[in-house]
Amino acid sequence: MENIVTFIGEHKEIIYFIILSIFVGVEVIGNVPSVLHTPLMSGANAIHGVVIVGAILVMLDSDPDNIGSLVLGFIGVVLGTLNVVGGFVVTDRMLELFKKKK
Amino acid sequence: MHFLFLNIKSTHIIFSMHLLEIFYLVASVTFILGLKMMSNPKTARRGNLIAAAGMTLAIAGTIFLKSTSETRPVIYILIFAALVVGSAIGWLTAKRVKMTAMPELVSLFNGMGGACAALIGLMEFHHNIGNTGAMLAIIGGMIIGSVSFSGSIIAFLKLNGTMSKPVRLPSYNIINTIILAGLLIFSGYVIVSGTGSTMLLYLLFAVALFYGVMFVNPIGGADMPVVISLLNSFTGLAAAFGGFLYDNKVMLTGGILVGSAGTLLTIVMCKAMNRPLSNVIFGAFGGETAGASGGTQKGSIKDISISDAAVLMNYSKKVIIVPGYGLAVAQAQHVIHELEQLLESRGVTVKYAIHPVAGRMPGHMNVLLAESNVDYGKLAEMEEINPEFSSTDVVLVVGANDVVNPAAKTDPSSPIYGMPILDVENAAHIIVNKRSMNAGYAGIENHLFYDPKTSMLFGDAKDALTKLLNELKAM
Repeated sequence: MENIVTFIGEHKEIIYFIILSIFVGVEVIGNVPSVLHTPLMSGANAIHGVVIVGAILVMLDSDPDNIGSLVLGFIGVVLGTLNVVGGFVVTDRMLELFKKKK
Repeated sequence: MHFLFLNIKSTHIIFSMHLLEIFYLVASVTFILGLKMMSNPKTARRGNLIAAAGMTLAIAGTIFLKSTSETRPVIYILIFAALVVGSAIGWLTAKRVKMTAMPELVSLFNGMGGACAALIGLMEFHHNIGNTGAMLAIIGGMIIGSVSFSGSIIAFLKLNGTMSKPVRLPSYNIINTIILAGLLIFSGYVIVSGTGSTMLLYLLFAVALFYGVMFVNPIGGADMPVVISLLNSFTGLAAAFGGFLYDNKVMLTGGILVGSAGTLLTIVMCKAMNRPLSNVIFGAFGGETAGASGGTQKGSIKDISISDAAVLMNYSKKVIIVPGYGLAVAQAQHVIHELEQLLESRGVTVKYAIHPVAGRMPGHMNVLLAESNVDYGKLAEMEEINPEFSSTDVVLVVGANDVVNPAAKTDPSSPIYGMPILDVENAAHIIVNKRSMNAGYAGIENHLFYDPKTSMLFGDAKDALTKLLNELKAM
């Protein structure tokens, strides 16, 4: 119990940040028409590709002589890039179709 | 002299750090703005591009501003190689995929993000043994990422037809709950005990992957959109755990935004089907109930010839087209648009009735019809079009089934009971184009087909519609 209180106390800023972000996430897509559900899901999918930043941080910190860690990091960055690039491009292709005709 | 040099160097590093924080701040704002703009058809495309620009900024900033002079060139080479490989594959796949296959591609990309989060966890584990807070973030991100990865791959296989039947072990709910409980207790132990055992870590990883498979396996194909949306928010959460670990604000914002927005989107989708989320995850849907509700009140079905259908539509005042996944599979969106234009030129009012879950994903039909240049204003949502069916002469149902099944209103024993549907049975005539009398995606018998006002136009959607179009042109 004491541990939990200490933990929250030490990380109070980040906890505020998390709670406020949750509300922002809910509010920001609150009024989305159902036509846009699929593109929005796809766009959100691309945004969580930000996890690639973590993979890059791991790579920057890894020991150049540790082959195993380099291989895993390399795969991590490839997968993250797939998520980001593929996600944004697919979303763009979907949304391209909504541009005003006539 | 030496002292001065050090001082300049450290100021430089501090400056880089601050600059990076500004980059992250800008990127976070673009994510929020991007999501906001994506909620409006007019700004959606720009919103996506803005978020993409922010992402590029965050990635470039991390590479160039976070590194120190000790970072060895080999690391840079590997990072750039990985970026090039990932971008090339991602770009080409996304550019080449057919419109109908988009949902499964989204699922696949989601799985990649989950796997990335899982790998980060696996690699950071050894650097943080004994630090309970960091361990919480590492194990949390690793587990959620793994579940999202294996779950997304199963969802992908289900959507592209490789795994068409839901696999349900006897009492799978109990088994899954036990696995989940085991997974949570096990990870709790690893976090609290401060163990440094690699074997335990990889065992935990394997259990998480296994749980993802077991979690998605029993869920039927019709519910995959909801599952993908849910797994999408899981990956967001995994990214947020990574942000917590590195105290990295852009990962936190991006991850949490997607986590909460994705959860809301999941709930909205469930609402469109009028089923609670728990029902999607724990309730069996499709398959076994089909026989029970089917046999009782079958009437006879009535065929209609192409020429009869053409005459009927040509002399109508108002025609409503109800497109479904069958239209997408047959790639008939262009033919249907031609048909609509021809009818309009003959003075027939034509509209499209779009059910919120038509196709394989909410909004899927709109995307497809927009691809064939159908006027945005002709697409009507369910609430808006339902009162209009009673004044409609002909409803043309193309490859849709469950969204027009009156059992959702009349038969409490039906698995889709309570789901809002398009009230096509109020129209004067209903023409249903289907390939065969097989039950729809959810595996439920549709009494609409036995309605005296309904006539069936059997055949592949593209084929049948092309014939119909030619017949109409000849009139």
